[in-house]
Amino acid sequence: MSVLHLAILLPLLAAPFIPFLFRALKRIHTGWFVLVVPVLLFVYFFRFIGITSAGDVVSETVEWMPSLGINFTAYVDGLGLLFALLITGIGALVVLYSIYYLNKDKESLGHFYVYLLLFMGAMLGVVLSDNMVVMYMFWELTSISSFLLIGYWYEKERSRYGARKSMLITVFGGLSMLGGIVILESIVGSFSIRDMVANQALIAESPFFVAAMILILLGAFTKSAQFPFHIWLPDAMEAPTPVSAYLHSATMVKAGLYLVARMSPVFQESSLWLWIIVSVGTFTLFWGSFNAVKQTDLKGILAFSTVSQLGLIMSLLGLGAAALHYDGIDDNIFMVATIAAIFHLINHATFKGSLFMMVGIVDHETGTRDIRKLGGLMTVMPITFTIAVIGSLSMAGLPPFNGFLSKEMFLKATTKVFSMDFFALDTIGILIPVVAFIASVFTFIYSLIIFTRTFMGKAKFDELPKQPHEAPIGMLIPPAILAILVVVLGFVPNVLSNSLIKPAVESIYPTLVASGQEVKVDIYFWHGLTPELFMTLGIIALGTLMFFMINKWMGIYNHIPNRLTLNGMYDGSLVWSNKAAYRFKDNYMTGFIRSYLIYIFLFLSGMLLFSMYWFDLFNFSFGEMEAVAPYEYVLGAVVILAALAILFMGSRLPSIILLGVIGYSVALFFVFFGAPDLALTQLVIETVSVALFLLVFYHMPEISRKEVRIKFKVENAIVSVIVGVTVMLLSFMALSNRSLSSISEYYKENVYDLAAGKNMVNVVLVDFRGFDTLFEIVVLAVAAIGIYTMIKFRTTERTKGAHEHESEK
Amino acid sequence: MLDIVIYIALAILLFAMLGMLYRVIKGPTTADRVIALDSIGIALISVVALLSILLDTTMFFEVILLLSILAFIGTVAFSKFLERGEIIHHDRDNDL
Repeated sequence: MSVLHLAILLPLLAAPFIPFLFRALKRIHTGWFVLVVPVLLFVYFFRFIGITSAGDVVSETVEWMPSLGINFTAYVDGLGLLFALLITGIGALVVLYSIYYLNKDKESLGHFYVYLLLFMGAMLGVVLSDNMVVMYMFWELTSISSFLLIGYWYEKERSRYGARKSMLITVFGGLSMLGGIVILESIVGSFSIRDMVANQALIAESPFFVAAMILILLGAFTKSAQFPFHIWLPDAMEAPTPVSAYLHSATMVKAGLYLVARMSPVFQESSLWLWIIVSVGTFTLFWGSFNAVKQTDLKGILAFSTVSQLGLIMSLLGLGAAALHYDGIDDNIFMVATIAAIFHLINHATFKGSLFMMVGIVDHETGTRDIRKLGGLMTVMPITFTIAVIGSLSMAGLPPFNGFLSKEMFLKATTKVFSMDFFALDTIGILIPVVAFIASVFTFIYSLIIFTRTFMGKAKFDELPKQPHEAPIGMLIPPAILAILVVVLGFVPNVLSNSLIKPAVESIYPTLVASGQEVKVDIYFWHGLTPELFMTLGIIALGTLMFFMINKWMGIYNHIPNRLTLNGMYDGSLVWSNKAAYRFKDNYMTGFIRSYLIYIFLFLSGMLLFSMYWFDLFNFSFGEMEAVAPYEYVLGAVVILAALAILFMGSRLPSIILLGVIGYSVALFFVFFGAPDLALTQLVIETVSVALFLLVFYHMPEISRKEVRIKFKVENAIVSVIVGVTVMLLSFMALSNRSLSSISEYYKENVYDLAAGKNMVNVVLVDFRGFDTLFEIVVLAVAAIGIYTMIKFRTTERTKGAHEHESEK
Repeated sequence: MLDIVIYIALAILLFAMLGMLYRVIKGPTTADRVIALDSIGIALISVVALLSILLDTTMFFEVILLLSILAFIGTVAFSKFLERGEIIHHDRDNDL
């Protein structure tokens, strides 16, 4: 167990102490204790920058299940470290923010911080595990802790709905991913991601390549809220705002991006990889931004904007795969796509985190998040307003903020798509920059909406639930830090280039790095008069125009019928599957034993007939049969007649007598076939059971005693005939396919010599195979005890009731 | 020669059983059926005895004894049931 492992598990180890701290030290906000964990971890991981930027990696292994090849291998490279720093850094800020956001007297902070620490540990585990099974374990732990956090205010119905929805969707993806992991392991023979990257050619040749890729991508898309799995994210906004800021903008939703980036070296040679990711990402980018505009809840806008931005990063990661097929070594433009993806990932974490915290402040200080009720807060909350403007403009992609830089790089990557003559990118690929442009226009519009509707315009303070005022300083510090980062990264973007972005990009292109190509990360404002600059100008112009005419075209959102929305389909499918399952169950679980008997009999005969047909066993031979004696015919006729007569008897008493006839005839058959012991036992048992039948008959209620004749049902007749024919065929088949001789010769020879008995049946019962007899005795004992208890309990119950009845009189 | 006689006797007995079976099925009252069943039991005794001669064995003599006991017990049980509606008399004094 190395220090690195302890660091990853530190949040999980700290979590059990939180409830005790919460109870024991009521006067101090529990968050202060929790804050230590991410700060320590951030400092600890910060020291790794030197190692990864030199191109080295750290790998530590702790054996967990070595016989299954599952070991906890902690692996720190550029990509993992970047995420670890995001998780711990933003985690620290979110904890600090939550200290001021959550009231220590009204909220159950013990729960909150346990969930949060669970989540933090799980996220660190996801990004720093080299073993895919361990990563999957942490992956599901993020799903579970996210579920707990979304449902934190569990008394609210919407919270529970959102928690369940996110759980269903992300766990669906997680399970798909597990399937992909298992396929990959079966190809490579190892769960290690590094081994998979090393054996990438082996995976590419496998017939299961596409299946593994799609399953892994399903996991990534559901987690990262890509179309059409994005629907859980807006509903996850019912969580407390620190949770939304942390999980649903900065960290958990990026686990899918991490997975795509991490698995890129394995899959990115394939054109399918590029096409799936780019098309899904680009469409998500458009759909998220398009839907964000119509939201009236600030968190709803931010949720859809997160979806949209995640789509942007996703499509950049997909475009980055083209770098492997691009020959222009000097200026490998598609490597820029990956650089942009990583850069925007950082940028998005900063500005989206600050925006969520800003919304939390507004909500906290005014009592509402509805933009129709808000307005004119600029003068009341100047610091919050500044943070909002910086975050929104960065999201819109305006200079001088960091969003501008990554947006420019994104547009550059999309426009270069034309010049590619592989994977049909030069034909249908033209859609990519077009969609990106439209999406950016919508992004611009909703970014403007966020701060203009909230802070500008007419003040409506009378309608607000609370009298607004500036937030406490502690609440403003975390978003302010993030906003400062937005500006700093905007002006000096290269501060991160060599320390964080370059190592991260290098771990996405291990083959290119190995072939000696250098990753050049150089981010700067002025590219010259490039197409992307004109696109940005076009976005600003069109966006501004549409923003001011927003009331003219908002009507298009009303034309989408509710039934066709994805949420409608999700709800519908839940209801439908529930109903279908119930209907299915109600149809076959009738509660009647006769139905179940029909299933059992039909299945039995079906299986038997099918296997007889399949193995071609209908070759009967009657050569070994002995001749039938004439009296056997007559006795057979008696049995058959009696059996048939039972079916047509008018009442039950004759049926019982006929059953006795059959039993005695069977005893006679035993006599014919030379089995005296069987005949004796059969006679006694038959007599006793007929007497028991009579006993039962006597206790029947009057109505059923007089019942006339069994009702004829065609389906029952068919089933019984089928079963009879099947069993008959089966026994013919078994008789005529005897391959081994009987072992009874041994008994015949040894019955006297070994067991000192002349009656072979009895010697077999008590000597050769006495074990069976023992347990048949047990069966009889159990039956007797069972009957005794049933009668005893019944009698006492009845007499008790009778006594009560008497006392009432 | 003896074999043929026995076969003939067996055939007669079995056809007698068929006839008694007809009575069991047809009724018309339960008493008819019970008596027919009793007769079947007795016929069975004869069948078993004849078979023992035919198969040249003494193994089935217990069957004969048992059949006679059971046929008696069975018929008595049925009769008691028909007469009183129950087989084993319920001791009312010791009723819990």
